[in-house]
Amino acid sequence: MSGIPHDHYEPKSNFAKGVESRLPIIGLLYTTLTAPTPKNLNWMWIWGIVLTFTLGLQIVTGIVLVMHYTPHVDMAFASVEHIMRDVNGGHMIRYFHMNGASLFFFAIYIHMFRGLYYGSYKAPREITWIIGMLIYIMMMGAGFMGYVLPWGQMSFHGTAVITGLFGAIPFIGESLQTWLLGAGAVGQPALNRFFSLHYLLPFIIAGLVIVHIWAFHSTGNNNPTGVEVRRGSKEEAAKDTLPFWPYFVIKDLFALAIILAIFMAVVGFMPNYLGHPDNYIPANALVTPTHIVPEWYYLPFYAILRAFTADVWAVQLVSFLSFGIIDAKFFGVLAMFGAIFVMALAPWLDTSSVRSGRFRPMFKWWFALLVVDFIVLMWAGSRPAEFPYDWISLIGATYWFAYFLIILPILGVIEKPLTPPATIEDDFNAHYGPKDGGSATSSAE
Amino acid sequence: MSHADDHQGTRRDFIYYATAGAGAVVTGAAVWPLVNQMNPSADVLALASIRVDVGAVDLGTQITVLWQGKPVFLRARTPEEIAAARAVDISSLPDQNAENENLVAGADASDENRALSEDGTWLVQMGICTHLGCVPLGEEGDFGGWFCPCHGSHYDTSGRIRKGPAPRNLLVPVAAFVDDTTIKLG
Repeated sequence: MSGIPHDHYEPKSNFAKGVESRLPIIGLLYTTLTAPTPKNLNWMWIWGIVLTFTLGLQIVTGIVLVMHYTPHVDMAFASVEHIMRDVNGGHMIRYFHMNGASLFFFAIYIHMFRGLYYGSYKAPREITWIIGMLIYIMMMGAGFMGYVLPWGQMSFHGTAVITGLFGAIPFIGESLQTWLLGAGAVGQPALNRFFSLHYLLPFIIAGLVIVHIWAFHSTGNNNPTGVEVRRGSKEEAAKDTLPFWPYFVIKDLFALAIILAIFMAVVGFMPNYLGHPDNYIPANALVTPTHIVPEWYYLPFYAILRAFTADVWAVQLVSFLSFGIIDAKFFGVLAMFGAIFVMALAPWLDTSSVRSGRFRPMFKWWFALLVVDFIVLMWAGSRPAEFPYDWISLIGATYWFAYFLIILPILGVIEKPLTPPATIEDDFNAHYGPKDGGSATSSAE
Repeated sequence: MSHADDHQGTRRDFIYYATAGAGAVVTGAAVWPLVNQMNPSADVLALASIRVDVGAVDLGTQITVLWQGKPVFLRARTPEEIAAARAVDISSLPDQNAENENLVAGADASDENRALSEDGTWLVQMGICTHLGCVPLGEEGDFGGWFCPCHGSHYDTSGRIRKGPAPRNLLVPVAAFVDDTTIKLG
């Protein structure tokens, strides 16, 4: 499975040999668990495990919640209250599920920015990156549909706004929106199908996670230097790597324990901090909450959606050139999806020959600005759509696109990168000295 | 090329194309019901028109009713509101279409074309922001009409979009007075 030379599983007992010749599953688990992993991975490489754990947490708590939830407009809100008040431990299970979504997005954003900084998206890991983006988009869908299920005010009117995005598509928009909702307005058909899809998507995500892991086990992990593991021989590769089990499993579990401690504190002491009180008001079609905002993890893209109003010259130009087909509303929708799409294109937009941002003196600053931009957009998205937040959103959205479409391609040409270390072993020894690294490697094999 | 080869090849090609074609048609026929089941069902489509008693609505107030799952604003406008709406130059409006389903498509967005009653008192429109479908708030915004809190669209006292991201005026549904105090929607 892995392109890095390493030991393969040799069944010893007759039973293991028998199983392996019929279904090589022990070998598959062995190869996956002992995958040669660059030994210089830093703490930014723990988020994959956190994400995998969180997916499991969401699936398990979700299955349990469904045992008590009723997807009906008249009963959904009451059944959630039933979970909160009557079901044994129900309030904790729901709070885990609610805040689990936040942990999921928190971890995936760090995971994504890790990939953007260390050039993990670059060849030969484009497919890993694209699958990751698909997982992210599925997560956004699952998160949105899950938020609809309690049928509170934010659920209801959030659904109206988000399905309205599809209604903005020229010509087919209105019929598409009606098709999505199963009616002219948000109601029972929408709640019922979102429930169905909310149950389905995590399993599709789980399948994609397996493909994601398969892809980066084929190319090998990236690492903070961006230098590839040497593949000349098994011995050479062993100098750059350590087996995933036990070294990285223990490290990742340690990190997971710390993150879960913080997560437990949030769930236990401030479970509604990241939510909106309006969603504890039953859905009412006649009144929109005065300040409607999505959950925090959608805010940067929500800010981009709102940034492009009809008075922006770029919007007017596009509207003119498309004979009015692309109006401000559709432009905003295109910008929001485009902001995710340009991220998916990063492998082909980044022209630099050096993979890791550690050795790119100019890139570092632009990247730092992108992180700041993301946080500013998140903040601007939570504010009302008025001056000065609209301007801040517009500037932030412009930088987001400029980073991917202009800065990444140009930097690769004009920047003079530093020279990365020749091997991962050199980088490791520069930090920890040759002895520790050597002994760890020999004991592992 | 022998006649037999040519003959055989053509027949085989035909079978391939026929099989692939039949396969595509059958796949499409199998998938379509799965897609179409998400469209509005018969009971949703069957929602009839409703009659609204507006006898108790005073000038300068409005009621909101739910029709086909959507809110409808029925407002009895004051003379000042009507005057303000009629003083607007239509050419200055972002959406110069009346958006009134009772009129022919393309009627201009004059207040007369949007109001239900001849004197302009009654204005009946969908309570759905044309941006992304929130419910605008009455007697709010920079133009004294409606204001959508979601993304800051301002509508005037005739329900016409004046400022903000919404592309169109609030839609005027099919409506008519059936007697002095009853409006029929749909």
